[in-house]
Amino acid sequence: MKVKAPGSESRESSQDSKKYLFDNPRNIKILFAGYYSALGILLILDFFVHKHAHFQWAEWPEFYAVYGLVACVVLVLAAKYVLRPLVKRREDYYD
Amino acid sequence: MIDTLPPAVIFILGALIVPFIRGKWKRAYLLLLPVVGFINLVLTPEGTHWTLHLLGYDLVFGQVDKLSLLFGYIFHLIAFICFLYALHVKDDLQHLAGLIYAGSALGVIFAGDLLSFFIFWEMLTVSSVMLIWARRTGASVGAGYRYLLVHAAGGLCLLAGIALHVNQTGSLEFGYIGLSGLGSYLIFFGFGINCAWPLLHPWLTDSYPEATITGTIFLSAFTTKTAVYALARAFPGTGALIWIGAIMTAFPIFYAVIENDLRRVLAYSLINQVGFMVCGIGIGTALAINGAVAHAFNDILFKALLFMSMGAVMYRTGKINGTDLGGLYRTMPFTCICCMVGAASISAFPLFSGFVSKSMIMDAAAMGHMDVIWFVLLFASAGVFHHAGIKIPFFAFFSHDSGMRPKEAPLNMRFAMGIAAFLSVFIGCFPQYSLYRILPFPVHYVPYTFPHVLGQTQLLFFSALAFTLLILSGIYPAEMRAINLDIDWVYRKGGRIFYSLMNWSLNGLNRVSEQVFMKGITGIAARFARDGIARLALLPFVTYWYMKGIRFKRLEIKKASLYYNLAGGVIPAGIGAAMAALFLVIIFLLS
Repeated sequence: MKVKAPGSESRESSQDSKKYLFDNPRNIKILFAGYYSALGILLILDFFVHKHAHFQWAEWPEFYAVYGLVACVVLVLAAKYVLRPLVKRREDYYD
Repeated sequence: MIDTLPPAVIFILGALIVPFIRGKWKRAYLLLLPVVGFINLVLTPEGTHWTLHLLGYDLVFGQVDKLSLLFGYIFHLIAFICFLYALHVKDDLQHLAGLIYAGSALGVIFAGDLLSFFIFWEMLTVSSVMLIWARRTGASVGAGYRYLLVHAAGGLCLLAGIALHVNQTGSLEFGYIGLSGLGSYLIFFGFGINCAWPLLHPWLTDSYPEATITGTIFLSAFTTKTAVYALARAFPGTGALIWIGAIMTAFPIFYAVIENDLRRVLAYSLINQVGFMVCGIGIGTALAINGAVAHAFNDILFKALLFMSMGAVMYRTGKINGTDLGGLYRTMPFTCICCMVGAASISAFPLFSGFVSKSMIMDAAAMGHMDVIWFVLLFASAGVFHHAGIKIPFFAFFSHDSGMRPKEAPLNMRFAMGIAAFLSVFIGCFPQYSLYRILPFPVHYVPYTFPHVLGQTQLLFFSALAFTLLILSGIYPAEMRAINLDIDWVYRKGGRIFYSLMNWSLNGLNRVSEQVFMKGITGIAARFARDGIARLALLPFVTYWYMKGIRFKRLEIKKASLYYNLAGGVIPAGIGAAMAALFLVIIFLLS
């Protein structure tokens, strides 16, 4: 298979001084501001929805928001503190 | 009589011509073949076609109904996208393997009997392993062998199951099988290996990230989805699948969070997505089956899109580990956007394709009052956004600046990604005009209701919040240059332990045997054969001479003389004759 020599383009332009979208801290601030306000709007909208879920708990206020947040925190903590210590090995483990 | 051809034939026979075409004609040919195949398929009416009578059995190469047609369409589509993406590759082996692989998948999909089904099923394995080996690295060779061995075991299991099943039912027909009797369990298990069920899955996460950049796109599309098709055909409504599927959705995401190789992260998320399909098939209602196959259709597109974007990154930078990448949005914006479309689709964002198919499965679980299953699926939905939706684009294109400023992906790759991205968005926005029309059962499902859209958006946005908070607080596990053990440890390390054990025990036995038999007993026998008789004869003679008072030097001389005469076989003729006479007398007396 022919694959072009990797990394050849990267070296030549590492001194590249062009400013890109998120090199400007202001843009990151705008992104975060937009994101946090979206979270707020989603929480507020929840009170204007007529829910008819198959499960009772899915009708609790802000169920999906809380579940999404909690589930992902649990996921990451379990992966980091339980799974990784059990399964992590050096890269040459099988060599 | 119809004038169309079995779809598999177009690809498999078409592949054989590839080595004889050169340059741009080859590229045109590779793109044309899936198009011709697709037109051929569209012209094929539903029903049973291309029957071959062999050894008292009917081989059917065209079981064409809504279920097989859906997979037929998407396989042609993805074959086109894959070849477009791989158009720059100058390696005929990969093109050949890709065509035969796609053809075999189509052969499986349209097989109406278990024998041709099995043959195409095995061809899938043999052709796909070439896409792994074609990378030509030590790691890919090893992973390819393990891939081959696991699938060979699965194939044998399937063959045994088919033999038992045919013996039991007397029919080769491939249709609903259901779990009853050993044969059906073996078939079920054989499907499960290709479907990457929990504990049977490590062949996938082991081998896919080792395949070539373009080969992985093929691999991500065909093997697991043909297994999903086979399950949907033969085992719909099998309760065990609900739990198998639910576990499949949940466990890989933990691995995906700590995995460094981004293509391996995608391999784990592939298992996670196939879990949704398996679960849907297990639920077995019209809505659930619709959801499962619709999700297979969408997953082929968005998973290929994600693999393509990571492949483009790998092609340009030569790197794929999260620790080495970052900040590539600056110079690869198109790839970045395509990757984010794939990420949004796999995460089931409203207006993206995953949303209109995954929610069918979730709703089917809810309608069946499967509380725990629904919770697990919801957890997996949040988790998949977390690792495939955010982690992949974030670590490759944003995160810290790796300093690399690679060029944008080549034009053919951009086109391939663009088509997949467009379709993912189009299906997400207009499912009733596209995907919902080709599902096996009539669709009454409406994905876009206000509570549903809001609930899903909340789930995803707050999953993202968890990611943001964990990254900002530094709790998010740093990408590490390390590997994570999986069940393949059993045969990778276990195989070596087994080898050492066998080496120690069997070769030890060998060594002991050599000591005892070769050097010990044989040596004794050889020495005995050499001069044993002479030594034995010395015993009575020396006693006799000793009693006669012969001592010292004279005794030594007599001993030596007798020994050499006996050992050399030069006994005086008189003694020999006397011995022979004595022997005859004894025989005479005893008889």
